[in-house]
Amino acid sequence: MTAPEILTIVKERFGDAVVDAKTEGVLDPFIVVKPETVAEIATFLRDDERMKFDSLMCLSGMDYTGGKLGVVYHLDSIALTHKITLKVQVTVDQPHVASVARVWHCADWHEREAFDLFGIVFDGHPDLRRILLPDDWEGHPLRKDYQVPTFYNGMKVPY
Amino acid sequence: MGLLDQRFENSNVFVTSMDALLNWARLSSLWGMQFGLACCAIEMMATGASHYDFDRFGTFFRGSPRQSDVMIVAGTVTLKMASRVRKLYDQMSEPRYVISMGSCSNCGGPYWEHGYHVLKGVDRVIPVDVYVPGCPPRPEALMEGLMKLQEKVRRESLAKGVKV
Repeated sequence: MTAPEILTIVKERFGDAVVDAKTEGVLDPFIVVKPETVAEIATFLRDDERMKFDSLMCLSGMDYTGGKLGVVYHLDSIALTHKITLKVQVTVDQPHVASVARVWHCADWHEREAFDLFGIVFDGHPDLRRILLPDDWEGHPLRKDYQVPTFYNGMKVPY
Repeated sequence: MGLLDQRFENSNVFVTSMDALLNWARLSSLWGMQFGLACCAIEMMATGASHYDFDRFGTFFRGSPRQSDVMIVAGTVTLKMASRVRKLYDQMSEPRYVISMGSCSNCGGPYWEHGYHVLKGVDRVIPVDVYVPGCPPRPEALMEGLMKLQEKVRRESLAKGVKV
């Protein structure tokens, strides 16, 4: 199935949840959806007979600067050999996105990583803890406005 | 065997200083703490394997800090790891030595500017005896580092205290 066809079906089913889309003239056709609806849409994309997106290839956190964060989901259907990219955008003040960890289990650690490094909160995640940085770390280092601390536990950090 | 070679032909009496004997014994069996942190560890493993054969210096790797004489910090020390490195160093029995292997553990390496999570040199948490430069250093460089450490051990003195 081509990306415009996928977009049509998603729009038919979820209408208002689709914020933006670009399915032609780009390397990875994408659909931007509302952050609170992404788990529901993900379940549909996985289970629908025409979609069968059985593989979440990658889940990435983003900082678009200007107080905007985002999450990008690269989906692949091994069964039907088509691809689509889902995107959501949130603000730094309200960084809440619905978790897809129960839809694709591999999203569990990906979401923890996005939480760890970008501070994006995944509502409904079974165990949202830091995954790479130590538990007592302050801040989210991959945000563009992140300031490197002078000391961490008595150790000087800058060169 | 260097020191003892051909010395027992006429008698079995051998005269040396206590320092020389003990230092010779110690520097000929510097057991390394098995401690790989990043890509440098691959070169360290190559040094320990048959082609380069670290064992001919009496060095082989132990799995416990309590059985080790020298800690080879091979790789990037993250801030999360730094406290563990310090703890392992504290668990080693004295006299103990540290070889800092590679640019990362010497000074932060490629992460010196933007590595928010990297300790800029392991010497910020433990004292280092020998720095081996390289990214990563070849096995020859690590062996050179070990020989430098052997020279240092050879100059030490139990009677007069440590002089380096």
